[in-house]
Amino acid sequence: MDVDVRADGRTLNQLRPLTCSRNLLNRAHGDTTVLAAVFGPKAGTKKGENPEKASIEVIWKPKTGQIGRREKEYEMILRQTLQSICLLTVHPNTTTSIIVQVIGDNGALLSCAINASCVALVDAGIPLKHLAVAICCGLTVGGHVILDPTVLEEQKLKAVLHLVFPNPPLSIHHKTQSLMKDEPIEHGIITSVTQGVMSVPDYEHCLERGRIACTKISEFVRRNLQSLAREGLAKAT
Amino acid sequence: MMSTKGYKPESGLAAEIEVEAYRRLFPLQYYECHLAESVRPDSRALGRARDTTIALGPVPSADGSALVKIGDTTVLAAIKLEVMTPSIDSPDVGSVAVDFQMPPICSPVVRPGRPAEAAPVIAKQLSDVIMSSGMINLKELSLISGKAAWMAYLDIYCLNADGSLFDAALLSATAAFSHLQIPLVSLNDDGKLITVSEEVKDKAAVEPVNKENRKLTIAVVPFSLTCIVHGKYILADPTSEEESVMDTHVTVVLDSKERLVSLYKAGGAVLLHTSVVKDCIVLAKQRVEELSEILRESLSAMEVD
Repeated sequence: MDVDVRADGRTLNQLRPLTCSRNLLNRAHGDTTVLAAVFGPKAGTKKGENPEKASIEVIWKPKTGQIGRREKEYEMILRQTLQSICLLTVHPNTTTSIIVQVIGDNGALLSCAINASCVALVDAGIPLKHLAVAICCGLTVGGHVILDPTVLEEQKLKAVLHLVFPNPPLSIHHKTQSLMKDEPIEHGIITSVTQGVMSVPDYEHCLERGRIACTKISEFVRRNLQSLAREGLAKAT
Repeated sequence: MMSTKGYKPESGLAAEIEVEAYRRLFPLQYYECHLAESVRPDSRALGRARDTTIALGPVPSADGSALVKIGDTTVLAAIKLEVMTPSIDSPDVGSVAVDFQMPPICSPVVRPGRPAEAAPVIAKQLSDVIMSSGMINLKELSLISGKAAWMAYLDIYCLNADGSLFDAALLSATAAFSHLQIPLVSLNDDGKLITVSEEVKDKAAVEPVNKENRKLTIAVVPFSLTCIVHGKYILADPTSEEESVMDTHVTVVLDSKERLVSLYKAGGAVLLHTSVVKDCIVLAKQRVEELSEILRESLSAMEVD
């Protein structure tokens, strides 16, 4: 893959067209489709969870077959990612369940599921600190970074990375939230899951590229949520 | 009043109650008091890992085994080899099945009858790291192309879970693979493979299929280090208490050629900035050197025996 065009005619940097419909919560990266549903907050938490905080439960439904190790891993990654963006102290001693049904898998499945669940949480009105935006990056044998790979591309890649970045909250207050002086909030990584061997500079390169691509996805999600919020307002009045 | 060094009561209440009670009631504050003094309650520096030991061959019935202790975390890995028929798509490779078990004895969190949530996740991560790092050349597990190959069952049991489970599990897996001794097999008259025991070999006229090549060559060895990021502090190799108090965990897996095999962080309270990633990788590099030295020593000690 040393040419600049991929099998489906995209350039290395190009994402597949994103679609997102709420209420019928369905969010797609091209032909990878995931349906995310949120129930909650329901009263009570599971045994062993901290009752002073809300607990989050993720149930992953694969497209076919039984739930295996891969699905268990995804469940845990998804739960920990969503836990970190939710304001858990707002509804103490409650459980919010997120059910993720995979409809089509053509690469970047975990990223798609994270984006879908994040939008579903917004739709359900669960209080969040900020949005999380996930991107899947791939590293080719030649050392190029490609974004949002398909299953066919994933098999040929040297390494596949799922990265989740925060979408900075729009604040009326002027810049007070930035904790680190020199690094803005959107430079922080919420989740990083990698598979395959790469060099450390390659990883940093992927981070950079992923972060830039995430601003695009952020814009898309924000625009989508805002237009739907307006629709909702129009219906209510 | 037992006032340990580095413990500074901040408020009136903290000054009045005993250290152990304070530790239980305000675990986070208790840790922050320590971290401000660059020390941890078990008197380690922030970037230091616990003492690590590797014992090779604790399970004589297995083909390769290792017992690893990192502080109090104890993990036992054993490999059993079985002959299988390789698939038609890949006739000359063997395969490896990784399983990670967390029995109820390992931790008060794991209840009998209910499997631990973390166990399948660690098993999946282990097999991902072992397969993607290229540590084992699966072609070496082949016996007769298209007919027979080794299936390596790697079973890892956690005996005591005191934090950094993945690090200990990976170390035990690599140690068990280095210790693995492939048994001799030969073809019998029916064309089936049978294992040859050492005594029979000398008298019978059976010709072993795999005379040479009884050890796997391990080209690159992956080593892992889990860190906790808490504010500006990075704590290497956390105990289970530290893991429960602070919830931003980063696991870095580097191989012996300083390449990155995995960088795993799932959620957590603190965002990970690029500078922190670099610091974690530097800590992991130091740990790789430490661990490869420990592994080399235990392997050479075994050869002397």
